[in-house]
Amino acid sequence: MDLYTISFYMFAVLLLGSAIVVVFSRNIVRAAFALMITLLSIAAFYVLMMADFVGIVQLLLYVGGILVLILFGVMLTNRQISVDIREGAIQTIPAVIVTSTIGGILAGAIWSTAWPMREAARSVAATAPVIGEMFLTTYLLPFEVASVLLLVALVGAALIARRERKS
Amino acid sequence: MQEYLIGLVGEPLVAYVLMAVVPLVFILVYALVTLYMEMKVAAHIQDRVAYMRTGWHGVLQPFADILKLLQKEDIIPAQADRLLFTAAPFFVFVGTYVGFAAIPFSSGYVGADLNLGILYIVAVSSIVVAGLLMSGWASNNKWALLGSLRSAAQIVSYEIPSALAILVAVMIAGSLNLNEVSKFQEGGIFNWVVFGGPGPVVTKLLLTPFTLTAFFVLLTAGIAEANRTPFDLPEAESELVQGFNTEYSGMKFAMFYLAEYANMFLVSAITVCLFLGGWQSPFGSFMSGPYWGAFWLIAKGMFFVFVQVWMRWTLPRLRVDQLMHVSWKVMVPFMFVCIFAVGLILVW
Repeated sequence: MDLYTISFYMFAVLLLGSAIVVVFSRNIVRAAFALMITLLSIAAFYVLMMADFVGIVQLLLYVGGILVLILFGVMLTNRQISVDIREGAIQTIPAVIVTSTIGGILAGAIWSTAWPMREAARSVAATAPVIGEMFLTTYLLPFEVASVLLLVALVGAALIARRERKS
Repeated sequence: MQEYLIGLVGEPLVAYVLMAVVPLVFILVYALVTLYMEMKVAAHIQDRVAYMRTGWHGVLQPFADILKLLQKEDIIPAQADRLLFTAAPFFVFVGTYVGFAAIPFSSGYVGADLNLGILYIVAVSSIVVAGLLMSGWASNNKWALLGSLRSAAQIVSYEIPSALAILVAVMIAGSLNLNEVSKFQEGGIFNWVVFGGPGPVVTKLLLTPFTLTAFFVLLTAGIAEANRTPFDLPEAESELVQGFNTEYSGMKFAMFYLAEYANMFLVSAITVCLFLGGWQSPFGSFMSGPYWGAFWLIAKGMFFVFVQVWMRWTLPRLRVDQLMHVSWKVMVPFMFVCIFAVGLILVW
């Protein structure tokens, strides 16, 4: 086994192990920290596929942004730290239908996609300039639409959070 | 240096490990020096003399301090979350240490010559935030929790002006790779990005006010990200005992300390690489080369570490609202103006 394969399996074990902790942990803060390990492992997979820009952005947005926000939320609502999360099955039949449908779609997408092999991927050099150029030429409209959507979400969040109480 | 090491030891894996250990060795030696410097500078600013008895002018004191820390009992509070409490110092130190991978110590040594070097450093610093939150929560202590929340909020807010200031330098140099940015600033002190980079004199004169502003914003935001005075609210001892590391003792406390010192050098090194020529000599081709490069980067970095120590004993601490005001209402608008102006000048 070469270094690449070893690191692939190492991160795979880390990813699955921490994901299992996220789902089954009774302590919500531990679940949040396990989620951090999961997100870091996903970033590692991007890097292993030579998608360095995507890997770093994954780290920047998910660990630096979303996870820190989740942790803040969990820590500032102190009641939830001491309360155990409810486990066990509720609404089994709808849950099975929804999860099997989503799982089927995902599995179909995974199998029908032609994944580039890593030998081919390794030859790709700097990805950031290519991504930037694509965003500003071929995919300009989706890029702008996504940014407007984010702006709307931002304004909406600020509006809800800063609403004056009339009393 | 990587090829040389692979040739020397044969096995690539061993060579990679050796490459990765170089910054660690540097940090350990540097931490001893800074520990001594901090106490001595503090003392002389306050008209005292500090250590005088352990060795000549107390030069052996850092070693004595380390020995003391090694012998201390490792206390874990009974109500703490043992696993997270133990893991937190490692997350904080590792989050800082991995940033050193992309710092070009000289033209011949850069741990990982990443295309996206500076973006990578900004991204991995978020692991530190998670580690600090982990330490605060796992301690099961009000002061620790408040300190860690403050620290995380502070680092997250100051990442915005510092990232914008970094963008100014990146726009001028045209690369995110710190080694490329250092190479770009060749040819003496007036070709550094802080003076507008190499180019026609008119462009330099036009760029200089904006690059100078960006440089000072990056330095200030860096001090805030390293949680140093005047931004040391996370461990404001008059209100929070010792902040997030209140419950830590022995080597775990030492890990936090080491991470703080490493972070001080990291932010200085980033500032130096982006704005002050990195490993370039200030005298053009005089005193330059791979070995002089390491000397220049470390010397410039140490100067800004000294500035941070100097600030600590000069300025009082800010209040929380003032801290957020400085970041969001002063630095961020200034940086937007800088980016806009630099973009206009570069296009024109």
